[in-house]
Amino acid sequence: MSYAIQAEGLVKRYREHTALAGVDLAVPAGSIAGVLGPNGAGKTTAVRILATLLRLDGGRASVGGFDVSRQPVSVREIIGLTGQYAALDEEMTGLENLALIGRLLNMSRRSARARAKELLDQFELSDAGGRPAKGYSGGMRRRLDLAASLVGRPQVLFLDEPTTGLDPHSRNQVWSLVRSLADEGVTVLLTTQYLEEADRLADRITVIDQGRVVAEGRADELKRRTGGQSLQVRTSLPVDMDTVAGILTELVGRAPHRDEESNLLTVPVEDPVVLSTLVRRLDAAGVVADELALRLPSLDDVFLALTGRTTDTEERPTAAPAKEGSLA
Amino acid sequence: MSTAAVAPARSGSRPGNMVRHGLVLAGRSVGKIRRSPETLLDVTLQPILMLLMFVYLFGGAIAGSTDAYLQLVLPGLMVMIALTASLGTGFALSQDISKGVFDRFRSLPIARSAPLVGAVLGDIVRYAVSLAVLLGFGMLLGFRATTDPVSVLLAALLVIAFGLSICWLSVLLAMLVRSPQAVMGMSMVVIWPLMFGSNIFAPTETMPGWLQAWVNISPITQLSDTARGLMIGGEVAGPLVASLLWMAGLLLVLFPAASWAYRRRLSQG
Repeated sequence: MSYAIQAEGLVKRYREHTALAGVDLAVPAGSIAGVLGPNGAGKTTAVRILATLLRLDGGRASVGGFDVSRQPVSVREIIGLTGQYAALDEEMTGLENLALIGRLLNMSRRSARARAKELLDQFELSDAGGRPAKGYSGGMRRRLDLAASLVGRPQVLFLDEPTTGLDPHSRNQVWSLVRSLADEGVTVLLTTQYLEEADRLADRITVIDQGRVVAEGRADELKRRTGGQSLQVRTSLPVDMDTVAGILTELVGRAPHRDEESNLLTVPVEDPVVLSTLVRRLDAAGVVADELALRLPSLDDVFLALTGRTTDTEERPTAAPAKEGSLA
Repeated sequence: MSTAAVAPARSGSRPGNMVRHGLVLAGRSVGKIRRSPETLLDVTLQPILMLLMFVYLFGGAIAGSTDAYLQLVLPGLMVMIALTASLGTGFALSQDISKGVFDRFRSLPIARSAPLVGAVLGDIVRYAVSLAVLLGFGMLLGFRATTDPVSVLLAALLVIAFGLSICWLSVLLAMLVRSPQAVMGMSMVVIWPLMFGSNIFAPTETMPGWLQAWVNISPITQLSDTARGLMIGGEVAGPLVASLLWMAGLLLVLFPAASWAYRRRLSQG
């Protein structure tokens, strides 16, 4: 497999503080990689090293086959970077911001403007393109910033917390833009604090905490690794809850957690086969279920389990299935 | 599958490109001035206020009459303007860095020095505008150059060249100090003694000996004398040589120091 981004043992130290203590990353070309971690985990440092903005103190990294330390200019020719804070010139209009980047990429005045217009269209900013960026909303700024990193049609795109501080609507817009870029063959590395974001977008997720990789894999792998699945039944009528609880206890061998307000019963299971048995038993008992699901633990649970051990001395319960979110 | 795979020609950072990218970025600062002229307020309003204040407040006391003082102080104020306008270079760079605009530039295949070159070149326009305002307003108040237009133009060019050599001081400060506001504060501390420790505002003979010793060699004094010579007559050659020596010396010390601080700041990310 060809990797667009490869990093081995990345180390970055600031005086006494070690921001990265040996991070490995391998991102296949054309895929979306998520780097997940709390504030101060080292996500931004890793991105800045890969985007040649920071020198590394140990290890090595290559982007598109170019070494970030020895061939930084070649790396810059194939990457796009959208930092945590919108890197826009507030006084300039959206169009001018994008055209400036085009000019710096040696496009002619005319083709820089054409490319800028094309991107404004693609990012639904055509109407605002003639206004100074300082009047843009948070979501518009993000989109313009993202557009600015795409002027040169990069092969590898770095997005540092692309949706931090955005409302759900703008977040969805950014997500679908990122997905369509990946569909076009762009390799994307995005950092995020949001588990949902990593879960939705990333093909593979690297969880980092305190400058170290604590887990790596596909979202479902990570979920499976940290905890068992759980079975959820939501009854139509509150009176059926006792019956269902009885059946579940009998099948799984332990009493389910009951949420009386939403008629939801949840119980951890080892063997997914119980699901079909459960369906037959509910049918036989004449109980109507609104919802019947086998759930992996959420990435929230995974994250808590993975980082909880290293950040806190206090023991935390692993992947408690008691409070499953009602999303999805 | 590969809908957007065609990469445009990006020819990396050759020396010719450094100049071109510097010019593109200089165009950015100039465009900013055009779009929001209020950013020029500090460099346009300041000369006007200074002129009014010094001429009408102190003119009579220092030179006997406001008209005589205007003739003396205006060429000196031109130097002062270059000095204060040069602060803007560091401030603007510091702002670009703290806002993340620099990160974007640095992720592009352009020379690392291009943003610096662009900022400094763009400032020439700021110097020119504020000098024009000062001269125009001065003439309105009754200033008359007694030499020829070419000499006046030469004085203006010399003052701009001085601005370009001293602006590296503000770049140096901007790279060493983190916030744009702190840059402004620090610069004032350096600039004010330089500005008033000169013969811009008062004749050197009236000062105590220890101050005269400095004022006589101060670059600001030398430049003011050159500008006076070029605009209202008087010795030019001596102060001109001293001014050029000062400018070369400042460049020789400040430019490498500022470049070092710039590279250091960027590598700290």
